Amino acid sequence: MSARIPITTDSRREPSGEVLLRARDVVKHFPVGGRSLRGMPRDMVHAVDGVSLDIYRGETVGVVGETGCGKSTLARCLTRLYDLTSGTLEFEGQDISTLSRREMRPFRRHMQMIFQDPYGSLNPRRRVGSIIGEPFAVHGLADGADRKRRVQQLMELVGLNPEHYNRFPAEFSGGQRQRIGVARALALRPKLIVCDEPVSALDVSIQAQIINLLSDLQAEFNLTYLFIAHDLSVVQQVSNRVMVMYLGSVVEVAPADPLYATPRHPYSAALLSAAPVADPDLAESRERVVLMGDPPSPVHPPSGCRFHPRCPKALPDCSEMDPVLEPRLGDGPEHLAACHHPLADDERLPVGGAVEAGIPEEES
Amino acid sequence: MLAFLTRRILIGAFVLWLITMLVFAIFFLAPSNVARTLAGRMATPETVALIQHRLGLDLPIWQQYLKFLGNALHGDLGYDYYHSLPVTSIIADAFPKTASLAIGAAVIWLVMGVFNGVVSAVRPRSWADRGLTAFALFFYSMPTFLLGLLALYFLYFRLTVAGLPLFPPGGYVPITQNPAEWARSLILPWFTLALVSAATYTRLTRASMLEVLGEDYVRTARSKGISERRVVYRHGLRAALTPVVTQFGIDLGTLIGGAVVTETVFSIDGLGREAVTAINQQDLPVIIGIVLVASFVVILANILVDLAYAWLDPRVRLD
Amino acid sequence: MTQADLAVAASEPGPGVAVAVPAIAGRSPWRLAWERLRRDRVAMVSLVVIVLIFASAIAAPLVADLTGHPPDAQFRETGLTPDGLPKEPSAEFWFGTDDLGRDILVRIAYGARISLLVGVVATVLTIVVGVIVGLAAGYYGGIIDTVLARAVDVVLSFPFLLFAISLVSVTGPSLWVAIIVISMFSWASVARIVRGQVLSIREKEYVEAARSLGSSDARIMLFDVLPNVLAPVIVYSTLLIPIVIVTESTLSFLGLGVPPPTPTWGGMLDESTAYYRQAWWFVVFPGAALLITTLAFNLFGDGVRDAFDPRSDRLTAG
Repeated sequence: MSARIPITTDSRREPSGEVLLRARDVVKHFPVGGRSLRGMPRDMVHAVDGVSLDIYRGETVGVVGETGCGKSTLARCLTRLYDLTSGTLEFEGQDISTLSRREMRPFRRHMQMIFQDPYGSLNPRRRVGSIIGEPFAVHGLADGADRKRRVQQLMELVGLNPEHYNRFPAEFSGGQRQRIGVARALALRPKLIVCDEPVSALDVSIQAQIINLLSDLQAEFNLTYLFIAHDLSVVQQVSNRVMVMYLGSVVEVAPADPLYATPRHPYSAALLSAAPVADPDLAESRERVVLMGDPPSPVHPPSGCRFHPRCPKALPDCSEMDPVLEPRLGDGPEHLAACHHPLADDERLPVGGAVEAGIPEEES
Repeated sequence: MLAFLTRRILIGAFVLWLITMLVFAIFFLAPSNVARTLAGRMATPETVALIQHRLGLDLPIWQQYLKFLGNALHGDLGYDYYHSLPVTSIIADAFPKTASLAIGAAVIWLVMGVFNGVVSAVRPRSWADRGLTAFALFFYSMPTFLLGLLALYFLYFRLTVAGLPLFPPGGYVPITQNPAEWARSLILPWFTLALVSAATYTRLTRASMLEVLGEDYVRTARSKGISERRVVYRHGLRAALTPVVTQFGIDLGTLIGGAVVTETVFSIDGLGREAVTAINQQDLPVIIGIVLVASFVVILANILVDLAYAWLDPRVRLD
Repeated sequence: MTQADLAVAASEPGPGVAVAVPAIAGRSPWRLAWERLRRDRVAMVSLVVIVLIFASAIAAPLVADLTGHPPDAQFRETGLTPDGLPKEPSAEFWFGTDDLGRDILVRIAYGARISLLVGVVATVLTIVVGVIVGLAAGYYGGIIDTVLARAVDVVLSFPFLLFAISLVSVTGPSLWVAIIVISMFSWASVARIVRGQVLSIREKEYVEAARSLGSSDARIMLFDVLPNVLAPVIVYSTLLIPIVIVTESTLSFLGLGVPPPTPTWGGMLDESTAYYRQAWWFVVFPGAALLITTLAFNLFGDGVRDAFDPRSDRLTAG
């Protein structure tokens, strides 16, 4: 059993059947390394390489992965903060893949984002009231005393003292700043909120408060969350479904409990075994899978299955064919994995010290 | 490296070309009195027209410009309007004077500025530091021409009257003729030009060194037992010099301006003084020639400065 | 837990609880900088000196009335020696006279007007143009940035004085020509600084957040980028004023500034070059006025810079 953050309410709600956001084959490449003489970029970072996802109204989808796996980029692609290199996005059935900034404006009322860095995501030279009131100003929805009233309501809603309306961000603690960010995101009563590692930069005790706040708000306003994090225990407790990403693609998608009980993809299993555990005795007795090698560069991803150089179960066909994300080993349509040799129900990865990774050499 | 040099040279040539066009444009905006001045007060309109024709001033602008460009590319910068001297010889005459002044002053201010800055930084808040900082602040606020005037008054006039004729009031003696006199006639101008910049470089070096000396890798070097002197000079100074080099690149551009003023105060017939005279007389060939040479030197020096930059800091990529 | 956390824990009421506490005004970064500046004694003294200089410029006619010497009046009888040379400081002419028998004290007071006028107006012009260009180049990037940044590079590589002299000789010297010429060559440094700042601010998360709200570019530039760029701009402005004053006096010294008979400090120093052997006061008093003014602005500018970016190694901070 892993230690749990004391989350008070049952944050997982039953999703309704309607699709709020549909993403198909989203690709985002960044040019890197200067340009050749003809102006073509020398190399591309494959930050997001073909991700498809349906987010249902009312649910919380968790996204986990190592640093550099593309989850933050994906978040920004889904909210159209970045232009997509290719792929389609539909919000409530309407195609938003290639809309201009002005055309996107009305959609922004329904899609908001909470950022990771409580110190960087608030303009240090603006008062908190102005920061939270910005959404109203941008969309021309409330003015003057009306705006102030709504901002103060929001402040109370997220647990801030509305009398601090005129203070500057520097006068608040990290946890409070995240509350300000939540208030700002909540201002226009959006339908979808993308949370990009909202608690990663906070102390553990404060993390619980913010997560409880987020789940209370979800209940009250029927919000849908895309929750990005690298802390698996947090993700498990707040998400209906979890998506595991590696090097720009999705390697596994499943409802939270089945994923944690029976991960199919070796990478998911490795991540789960590495999750920090608070109880030292428990931590010692746990067996950890140690992945060999460094994460490869997103500029030149490995051939076939991207994980094969580090995978303890790799076989020759893993470097030849890119596995498709589909149900494996008799799972239902809600549990998908992209692996040629997925883990069986009670199969465990080899644990302990130096484990051989990558495709084994042929004995000749 | 080669790509960098080629690009910079091309850009430099482009800027030079732009500058010639600009200078031409400026002078054609003005009604030109050159022909009239040359012809004299009593001249008839026909004489004036004749002179204008002889100087080629009656041709349309673009023709004059093209003629000039063509000649320039052959190394011929034309003749000055008033004495028909080849511009190249005027420049050749004036250039060594300005060069002596500028290079000598640059050496002085770099050495003084950096040295003072290092001393200040190594002993922050000491009396040496406070003194040097006050000194820097004082000279930083002093206009060059004022410093020159004060130097003339106190160091030439007062000293000479008191029986110590150490410094001449100006003029120039070529180094080939008499090195000692050459130096002696240049000391006051050198320090006039240098002290103001030395002040800037003292402040700059001090700030930069203080930042570098606080870095972790310097602390590591010290704790390894490396002598303080080596720490300061070998490890600290090299990193601290980059902003100094940047500033030097910028200052090269303004050096001509400072030289103009200094030459005026000390009666040195260098490029600066010639330029001012030419401008007041609207002697276009001389003006263009001097501006071209000055800009060329500045561009060349900037390229060298960039190379020095890359040598100092291996992290800098030359693109 | 930080101090902020403790204070907050004590005062945070939790969701849904209204607290009857009076509205608290926050202390903005501007206010903090101002308070730091106030404690800097050197900067405050310089500020007083600057105010005095402004006062003397404004009160110049008063000085003329009190002494009875208008600035352009030539007192050939009382103001020159029998040989026609300037007269040294006396009870009647506190700072002595110049080569035309004019009262140097009065002329210095009037000269302050020119220096300050050019100093302030040229600086304001420079800042406005430089900020607009730097903001546009840094924020929009792409073609706009390439073009503007190249323009900045080209302007910065022109030898200033030679071009200034050329322009002035063509248009004839005047107050406005001096102001415009100086601004024309100064805006580029400001643009470069602003562009650098904007480039780094553009990547900050709060700008991303503004975009995710649907803010237009104009809104983001005005409310999110500009306030964070202003601090270094203000510091640079206070340091730019003395540079402009020195430049104006240099132009006047070369005969290219405001034309006579308007008194300018540079012009007076130009006139003094022929008489420095006989009339030290002709050099020293205008020179001292120029030096003190520049020094005061430089010291104040240093203080402003320290107020915005305090570091413990600076000497001039308290």
